[in-house]
Amino acid sequence: MFSHDPWVWIAAIMTLAIFSFLYKENWFYRIAEHLFVGMSAGYAMARAWNNALVPNLFNPLFADFGRNWPLLIPALIGLLYIFRFVPKFSHLILIPIAVGLGLGSGLSIAPTIQTDIIKQMQSAIADASNVSAGGWGLAWGILSFIGVLTTLSYFFFSREHKGALKVSASIGIWFLMVGFGASFGNTVMGRVSLLIGRVQFLLTDWIHVIR
Amino acid sequence: MKQKLPLLIVLVLGIFFTIQFFVPSRASEVTYQTTLQWWLVMSSFAMVLALGSLINHHALKIKRRKEGWWNSWVTLAGIAVMGGLGILGGPSFRMGWANDAYTRLFLFVQAPMDSAMFAILAFYMASASYRAFRARSREATVLLVSGFVVMLGIIPFGAMLWHRIPDIAEWVMMVPNMASKRGILFGIGLGATATALKIILGIERSWLGGGGK
Repeated sequence: MFSHDPWVWIAAIMTLAIFSFLYKENWFYRIAEHLFVGMSAGYAMARAWNNALVPNLFNPLFADFGRNWPLLIPALIGLLYIFRFVPKFSHLILIPIAVGLGLGSGLSIAPTIQTDIIKQMQSAIADASNVSAGGWGLAWGILSFIGVLTTLSYFFFSREHKGALKVSASIGIWFLMVGFGASFGNTVMGRVSLLIGRVQFLLTDWIHVIR
Repeated sequence: MKQKLPLLIVLVLGIFFTIQFFVPSRASEVTYQTTLQWWLVMSSFAMVLALGSLINHHALKIKRRKEGWWNSWVTLAGIAVMGGLGILGGPSFRMGWANDAYTRLFLFVQAPMDSAMFAILAFYMASASYRAFRARSREATVLLVSGFVVMLGIIPFGAMLWHRIPDIAEWVMMVPNMASKRGILFGIGLGATATALKIILGIERSWLGGGGK
């Protein structure tokens, strides 16, 4: 009745160890939890080595050092992170952080404005003026545009929420609540489908109750 | 000097790469691609910092025999085994047995624990939602109804109750939900841009440590 595959047993025991937390915290769960943290860190380490360092640093350097030696520059800057563990030189860690922040900020400004601000507003206006969408399509587009504006008005704190701004912000709250409810529903269903997957694994692959 | 140099680096790189986006030339594109490769290399070394901190934390716990110290051995073993096998089985060493063990450990230990860990959140979300959803105000009622409709719309049971429920759920997702998400994204965009500018111009200095003083 039970599976004969030792790996399936290991997976089942680990699943039960995590689920045992639903009863109360116990040593079985704590072992699984610590193992999970360790394995995830090891996995991230292997991924950083195999997917980032080997193809982008070691392979180019070993293939043609003369041409690719500039890659030593980011490697040396990255190595400065290690000085975090040397108290006397710990301030050197600010250099790779500064490079990361400078690059990150510089590279993100224009794309953020383009995708999160301009594109969002463009789409909202396009939906609200799309006559070809027909009666209801256009109505929902206009409603959606009103939703965007009222939601934004709720986050406008430069003026006290009085009069028209108060009305607009109140409508915005309603749109926000519908959005939060929808996100919540989606998240819950995502978690439930994971739970179903695990229970299905236990009953199908491990105990063979479901075939 | 300890703080001026990092601030100067942020200023120069920040301004350079903000302008780079608007320069439509081959050199600009090559600079962008090279920078992405450099960034990938540099940020990979941050993993050393993260792993070092984790190993340090658990090594100290073992050394000082703190409560549950033996669990720290499990974490350290997990890092060593998964990290070691992943590197040995990867493209740099290509050891078949290591790759096989790494894949099996991922599929039969890490992945099941990962999904089980997120699955138990379903129970906690259910109890949290009971407290949050007790419709005490009109806004809470709207949240309750919207969440309930979306949940019912996703599962076949919803369609069994009333065939229009999936359509209503889709409408909720595509109209009011989309409107609020667009508004929030707009706010996030403005906030992220303002923060990036503050960092580049040296107004935001908390990353230097010491509360920016």
